Amino acid sequence: MHPFEYVRPGDVAAAVALVSADPKAEYLAGGTTELDLVLKDGVLEPDRLVDITRLPLRGITRAENTLRVGALVTMNELAADPTVSERLPFVREALLAGASPQLRNMATIGGNLLQRTRCRYFRDTTVPACNKRSPGSGCAAARGPARMHAILGASDHCIALHASDLCVPLVALDTVVDIQGVDGSRSVPLTQFYVLPGERPDIENVLQHGELITQIRIPLLPVGTRSGYLKVRDRASYEFALTSAATALLIEDGTIVRARLALGGVGTIPWRALEAEEILHGAPATGRTFRAAAQAALADPFTVAGTAFKVELAERTIVRILHTVSGVRP
Amino acid sequence: METTHFAGADIDLALRVNGCPRRLHLDSRVTLLDALREDLGLTGTKKGCDQGACGACTVLLDGKRVLSCLTLAAQCEGLDVTTIEGLAQDGQLHPVQEAFIRHDGFQCGYCTPGQIVSAVALLQEGRTGSDEEIREFMSGNLCRCGAYPNIVAAIREIAGRGSE
Repeated sequence: MHPFEYVRPGDVAAAVALVSADPKAEYLAGGTTELDLVLKDGVLEPDRLVDITRLPLRGITRAENTLRVGALVTMNELAADPTVSERLPFVREALLAGASPQLRNMATIGGNLLQRTRCRYFRDTTVPACNKRSPGSGCAAARGPARMHAILGASDHCIALHASDLCVPLVALDTVVDIQGVDGSRSVPLTQFYVLPGERPDIENVLQHGELITQIRIPLLPVGTRSGYLKVRDRASYEFALTSAATALLIEDGTIVRARLALGGVGTIPWRALEAEEILHGAPATGRTFRAAAQAALADPFTVAGTAFKVELAERTIVRILHTVSGVRP
Repeated sequence: METTHFAGADIDLALRVNGCPRRLHLDSRVTLLDALREDLGLTGTKKGCDQGACGACTVLLDGKRVLSCLTLAAQCEGLDVTTIEGLAQDGQLHPVQEAFIRHDGFQCGYCTPGQIVSAVALLQEGRTGSDEEIREFMSGNLCRCGAYPNIVAAIREIAGRGSE
């Protein structure tokens, strides 16, 4: 196991300076993915872990129609927030569908966004071909047994999945990510935060080395909007999604006047289904509309033998959550 | 707050374990699980998967259930850790421990410390409104012997819902 220095910085500026100055330094928050990949799998080999868990990035505050969530708020803390229950119910559903109660007490919101896009081949250092671990080495997953892998945003270069449940409703909501770097702060919409793997699957988001997520800002759903999150998986609980879908619908007199749809379990990034939203906007809330939206969302998949089933499963997941949330019977 | 640096093999740590102040001198890579078992001799907390998948290593950190296998000991500076050894008071088993015995909530027993610590937290969280809710909020603790029905029965009894 690779040795590392453990550092507990006194404030955000010190943390950012420490990691920015050292290419082999990484942040440590809840640790549920980071320590797994560092200590257990040996996939990541930082020389220095900068523990940010004591930094003052923990509050949840409501300002008008936005919820500001500190990066170190845990999944369970956010799920217990009354504004989330009242105005972002599908965020709460997604939080409680993820991981286990113990992990949700540890895992932070910033860490959830930044959990590595990963697969079994990435985690197994005895597998030579992994473009994410060793750029240019190939992708063993695209040629071997695959199931928990992506079909959207994927290619021969990489089919690893972004496994977050939480990010699915967050990306549907136009959440904004606030970032601190050595030279100042900036904000990036979550829809522009993640980078498709392309030929560089090792690059997963727009963060520069050392930049730190300090908070996210979640727009509350307009009053009257109904929302839901549906997760389909191999076990009833404590399991990653095979497919999932988050939707928020505002329906007036049988017409969909506002629709948001995002997918999990299928994308190399949390997947906003814009093509499906276009079909839903202004359309009658019917099973026919829902099926057309689902087909649009899955129009251009990249599948291998083990993931081909996910196209129909994802379509059915979308249709079902749209029925559930709209109240329109199948 | 000052920035604290520790060289890799040289962590000085003060924390409270089951109410007692403890001091440790550790490598930065040591998990809370290994510190408890190897350095403090508290072997009640079990190492199952050692990778955050089974829940056998569940402890309470400042009152909240967490996985000690995915927590660095160094991160616990100044915090309160409660393990299975800390649940009994004055020679009396914790009510959840007694209920597990009454309901035969284990077979081989390896996952049991984690199950019981997790159940203690679950009762504090109030997630015991139905058997379904108990199962969902105990899903982070696997039992390969399959003692789940009796585990649920033990928790149900302590939650005051009798035998449904």
